[in-house]
Amino acid sequence: MNTMVTTDRQDERLQSRVGVRGAITDVIERARGGDLGVIPVAVGLVVIWSVLQALNPVFLSSANLVNLTLESAAVGIIALGIVCVLLVAQIDLSVGSVSGLSGAVLGVLFVLQGLPIWVAITAAVVMGAVIGWLYAQLFNRFGVPSFVITLAGLLAFLGLQLYVLRTRGSINLPFDSGLVHFAQLAFVPAWLSYTLAVLAAAGLFASGYVHARERRKAGLSANSVTMLAVRSAALLAVLVFVVWYLGRTRGVGWMFVLFVGLVLVMHYLLSRTRWGRSVYAVGGNVEAARRAGINVKAVYTSVFVLCSTFAAVGGILAAARLAAVNQSSGGGDVNLNAIAAAVIGGTSLFGGRGTAFSALLGIIVIQSISSGLTLLNLDSSIRFVVTGVVLLLAVVVDSVARKSRTSHGRA
Amino acid sequence: MTSTQQAAEQRTDGVVLSLRGISKHFGAVAALTDVDLDVPAGHVVAVVGDNGAGKSTLVKILSGVHPPDSGTICFDAKEVSIPTPAAAHRLGIATVFQDLALCENLNVIQNLFLGQEVRPLRLNEVEMETRSWDLLRQLSAKIPSVRVPVASLSGGQRQTVAIARSLLGEPKVIILDEPTAALGVAQTAEVLNLVERLREHGLGVIMISHNMADVKAVADTVAVLRLGRNNGVFPVADVSTEDIIAAITGATDNAVSQRNERSQARQARDKEGLSS
Repeated sequence: MNTMVTTDRQDERLQSRVGVRGAITDVIERARGGDLGVIPVAVGLVVIWSVLQALNPVFLSSANLVNLTLESAAVGIIALGIVCVLLVAQIDLSVGSVSGLSGAVLGVLFVLQGLPIWVAITAAVVMGAVIGWLYAQLFNRFGVPSFVITLAGLLAFLGLQLYVLRTRGSINLPFDSGLVHFAQLAFVPAWLSYTLAVLAAAGLFASGYVHARERRKAGLSANSVTMLAVRSAALLAVLVFVVWYLGRTRGVGWMFVLFVGLVLVMHYLLSRTRWGRSVYAVGGNVEAARRAGINVKAVYTSVFVLCSTFAAVGGILAAARLAAVNQSSGGGDVNLNAIAAAVIGGTSLFGGRGTAFSALLGIIVIQSISSGLTLLNLDSSIRFVVTGVVLLLAVVVDSVARKSRTSHGRA
Repeated sequence: MTSTQQAAEQRTDGVVLSLRGISKHFGAVAALTDVDLDVPAGHVVAVVGDNGAGKSTLVKILSGVHPPDSGTICFDAKEVSIPTPAAAHRLGIATVFQDLALCENLNVIQNLFLGQEVRPLRLNEVEMETRSWDLLRQLSAKIPSVRVPVASLSGGQRQTVAIARSLLGEPKVIILDEPTAALGVAQTAEVLNLVERLREHGLGVIMISHNMADVKAVADTVAVLRLGRNNGVFPVADVSTEDIIAAITGATDNAVSQRNERSQARQARDKEGLSS
């Protein structure tokens, strides 16, 4: 270790915090200032899991958790799109309808028309993208609030879904099709699960190490190797435990892996590309983004297209999971669950704050509540109430944290 | 008009930006009529004027927000037109607007490089951070960490970030719109130091200001606008605040001059009293 002070640590007002302990102090300090990150959702998850486990010991069983992961993938992917729209301080209320319509289009093309499955999937996904593009055009050209555009979309695409399904009302997808197999029966073999877990931890360490070396070369402060090793080891321990526990019954579903993969891709796009930067900038201050030369309309378009596309993908997976599409696909609480997941996971409704991981964390909370209450044999009326209350709590936490950030100068 | 001529003699060479006969109408209102302005390299030109004198319109013309109706703009001795903000940027005219236009949720580095990030598909954070520090050091800026959100910075620090950002494109002229308007005493001093440093780096600086103390502190030349017309260009060294205010208001008789006369008269009386 050289004793020279790094470029970014020269100011005497900076308190030096090094090592693992310093990192923990940093997190506590930030949370006090209202930068809560994943703390509320982590605490919420622990509380919810403890309560539900106490009420019904089946809840934390491997079999139930495997189910939980599979159930969360479809809506989780929809929530991933919602995270993107929330980041630019807009909203898409029609994701439920779009996912239902996408499932219906898939069913009609694949089962009734007898087209190859990939044609049906492509058509449904492209339809989602076109819907998003349409929203963006209305938003950019006429300046209609996204709230109203997508509320209209909610109704219109629900109508379209009913129209597409008019003759049948419900279409069953054949069980021997690859899509249904993928959603219901495809699990990652144990050896591959462990390999993926090790690869993930190794990847985290390697990228951290390369980054730290670059920073040190440039004369900036960097994480120590110990710190990186501790972080990777913690991730490895968590992943290995999850894989082992789920592996006691069916294991990790490919659909869940697909969801996590998409979360990682979105995380990279949002945090490591110019596009991601511009998304956060537009969410923080549109006028500043415009003056910085960012094509604000293009950013809005990309985000709306992404959101509807994810909704369509989610709709396809939900149809595959159920092996059927019907008039209520994408209806009920799908819409609210997707939005609630994004907010509960820590994406701010006020824009410019949140990460792709909030979709993953949020949907696990939502799905835990839904699964736990189903296990208790409570009917959907209570489930709706509880989900509503949890969503409200999440929004309250978001608003309080925002106030706290303002008073601590971090807004 | 001798002072105007003196000012004209001062800027004999190295004029980066020169406006001649700029006019701009908004409907029936003539916001600017026949305005001339010269900005030499390494000079701070303060543009002062009352509300509605046309200062903001001038800034907007130079930053490419509004095109002028008539008149010529010469940049580096070449006649140019500035149809868009991007064109102004390409020429080398950077503008720091009064509202700064920073994203509060992003940190200092992210704000500095917004829209011009290094390596778009795999952001080079290390290079951006190093360059941020270089830039801030050039300005002797007092920002403890560049990884904190801009929301946690003081007004002066934000102004510094906004100015530093405008320097990224290596401009030749930088326009500061009321840089000290909302700042406290210490922060104002910080920003004025910054303006000094911009001059040392050989930039032409146009500073829009209402504050005569600031103008006297850093400007080399004061250009006064009144009702959309030039109302004198003075070298700061030999012009009094009262003269500037007289040029701004278009009258020699006002509260400032009256009080000044009174105090001068009192001083004279006191002197007489002492001598007798």
